[in-house]
Amino acid sequence: MTATAAIQLTGIAKAFGPVHAIRSASLTIAQGEIHALMGENGAGKSTLMRVLAGMFTPDAGTAAVEGRDVTGWDTKAAIAAGVGMVHQHFMLVPTLTVAENVMLGREMTSGWSLDRAGAEAAVRALCERTGLVVDPARLVADLSVGEAQRVEILKVLFRGARILILDEPTAVLSPPEVQELWRVLRTLRANGGTVVLITHKLDEVIDISDTITVMRAGETVGRMSTAGTTPADIARAMVGREVALAKRVRSGVVTPTRASPRLEVRDLCVGSNTRTHAVDRVSFAVQAGEIFGIAGVEGNGQTELIEALAGLRRCESGSVQLDGQELSGCTVSERIDRGLAHIPEDRQERGLVLDYSLADNLILGRQHRYASTFALDRVRVASNATTQIAAFDIRPPDGTLPAGALSGGNQQKIVIARELGGAEWPAVILAAQPTRGVDVGAIEFIHARLRAARDAGAAVVLVSADLGEVIALSTRVAVMYGGRIVTIVDGDAATAATLGSWMTGAARAEGS
Amino acid sequence: MSDRATRWDEALLPPAIALAIAMVVGDVLILAFGQAPGHVFGMLLEGTWGNAYGFGQTLYKATTLICTGLAVAIPLRAGLFNIGAESQLAAGGFAAGVAGILLPAWLPWPIGALVCVLAAAVGGGAIGAVPGALKARFGASEVIVTIMLNFIVLAFLNWIVAAKLHAPDSLHTVEIASGAVPRFADVSSAFRGSAANLTLALALSLAAACWWYLFRTRGGYELRAVGLQPGAAENGGVVLGRTWFRALVLGGALAGVGGVNYVLGYKHYYEEGFGAGTGYMGIAVALVGRNHPAGIILASLLFATLSQGGLAVNAIVPKQMMEILQAVVILAVAVSVPEVQRLLRASTKAAA
Repeated sequence: MTATAAIQLTGIAKAFGPVHAIRSASLTIAQGEIHALMGENGAGKSTLMRVLAGMFTPDAGTAAVEGRDVTGWDTKAAIAAGVGMVHQHFMLVPTLTVAENVMLGREMTSGWSLDRAGAEAAVRALCERTGLVVDPARLVADLSVGEAQRVEILKVLFRGARILILDEPTAVLSPPEVQELWRVLRTLRANGGTVVLITHKLDEVIDISDTITVMRAGETVGRMSTAGTTPADIARAMVGREVALAKRVRSGVVTPTRASPRLEVRDLCVGSNTRTHAVDRVSFAVQAGEIFGIAGVEGNGQTELIEALAGLRRCESGSVQLDGQELSGCTVSERIDRGLAHIPEDRQERGLVLDYSLADNLILGRQHRYASTFALDRVRVASNATTQIAAFDIRPPDGTLPAGALSGGNQQKIVIARELGGAEWPAVILAAQPTRGVDVGAIEFIHARLRAARDAGAAVVLVSADLGEVIALSTRVAVMYGGRIVTIVDGDAATAATLGSWMTGAARAEGS
Repeated sequence: MSDRATRWDEALLPPAIALAIAMVVGDVLILAFGQAPGHVFGMLLEGTWGNAYGFGQTLYKATTLICTGLAVAIPLRAGLFNIGAESQLAAGGFAAGVAGILLPAWLPWPIGALVCVLAAAVGGGAIGAVPGALKARFGASEVIVTIMLNFIVLAFLNWIVAAKLHAPDSLHTVEIASGAVPRFADVSSAFRGSAANLTLALALSLAAACWWYLFRTRGGYELRAVGLQPGAAENGGVVLGRTWFRALVLGGALAGVGGVNYVLGYKHYYEEGFGAGTGYMGIAVALVGRNHPAGIILASLLFATLSQGGLAVNAIVPKQMMEILQAVVILAVAVSVPEVQRLLRASTKAAA
């Protein structure tokens, strides 16, 4: 490389209290490339990029942008220098239009008033130049998730960013929307822009990036050219050992002897905070020994469906039966006692009490089994922790540590151990995003556990934003769109292409 | 369990810093009055811990504070801000007083006191049940409800005492017939004149019981989980509304028992306004004590010392200076303890 690198980070370290988020990270990104920053959850990817974007000051190391030393700058300076970050969570004002959101903080004025027409024209011109198609006059509240993300990118570009950092941009997108995003990023690259993509999805990286830097435990451990590498190589670098990537193995054994399904949902309607029918007349049945996958773009009712099944959300109408017994009207606790296990989609909010110890978290939902009138049986709580920590390889193996101190993958293992690690297999397992934000090694482990539960005769409902995961694990796959199950296909017949068109609502069932 | 002694330093640091800041501010104030800080603080200590009377008064004041501190801390552990300790304290004292008046005089004092203490717990608990039920049923903000209830309950008690129950030419009830609790002065004459009484032992046992409940029982496990992460607690089969209700009733009952200190231990009658801000001071005690029963005992002693010490130094600096010091401690702790930051975060999130 003869030209100056767009970004040169050298020996960056950053600690938050006793936690070393980054120990020693170095990163070189050339002008005009799409660079993927990969790593397990908690490897320090986001922290490193926030140092670059001026949100954190590093404890050690230097940062240079286009040859200029910028160590310890602030966000304002970063934006002025053309470095812009698109965050995982959108920061848009829903009641303003696209153009108003884009110019927020850099309002165009004519005299005393805002120049709305001028802003719209400017945003429209930017849209055309970059290929980010969205109507500047529309309200943000009316946009789809994919469109909202485009507005976020427009916002950053409007401020003159030439170096664009995207933090897990595909988490909320359907496959066609991902392709659309890739097209936009390639256009940016063609116009001389530099893109840094934070992700942990291997196939995406192979698709879009030119160069890859892998982080592990706060250090940059490898830099490779995408053309000369394979997913297995990247996975090995991320985890530090060989891993089996999720492959479709077998569609599961449906036990034909069992006459009735373990879980049967009939005409279920569930409301959400914003809609009356977030789940709209959904019916399905899951047999013993079956993994029932539910695919769909996030926000199409999957969350509400699972929460209703778990007893966390009120059903408006319909019935849910577990082994032939009606569940509606049962409390969460009663459902757990009947053999319903729930791996919630947000482990930090719903799955774990982060300030509680590992041992205390491992009994959450089963605390009544460890309690006498006047005390919890601390000896049994501790011995349960010892057993589960060993069986599920939770690290570090110390039951007294607070759960919040563990990595994402190990936190998820606590939840899995609690829900699946009991003396008896659960009857029905609700697994919502069971591998979200979890490293490759833990994904492999979690998939194996779900398959083992299936083989032991449990009925598993799997909701995942990762289409590959749904296809790899499921006996049958349903697609949710607009609160309804729009199709159910056999797992062996499911492909990203066919499911993708159902997920966007492009395909429709005949006769409806 | 998770609340281990290994995090002592982390727990004690903010109050220690707060105290240090208060000392500095105190020095400046004392200098402004033209006095030597060392001399004034020496007098303060002499007047509180240096002689039996002052010590007894300090213990007496600490007794009520332990109860109101616990009354704030238990709901706070469940994520609720109980501002109602002031009226719960009054209701407890009133219930104890009424029970003591109604009891026959021949009843031995331990039995009478037990009945009165139970009455106090029921009285305070009933006031705590109101915000508890409204929060559980309708999601009503416990902050608003407890503040408003303070006005209603105190006004009602004032009215009922003034209109129906007062002894002639006074604003207090007649003396209780049974249930009066022995004072320390009855045992050792050195404590003569001080109001310290056996209620202190009750308050200390309640603190110990609260610790056991919070950290050793299923109820406490669930209550703390609700405070730390309601979503996860709910997913763990805990019914949020029921836990909120339980926490506020328990808090009210604890504050109510605090009323016993005055009514059974000191004056032997219920008097309008006897709480004199002790309920509100419970908020400060809970925060400085980091919602931990042991911390609450220490914080109660601290605030009782400052309050009693204000009287001891009143001859050379105004006792209001000690109130300023208390306020400085509260402010310094308020900005530094995680519980407050968590509450502030939660309330801004709710507002957004």
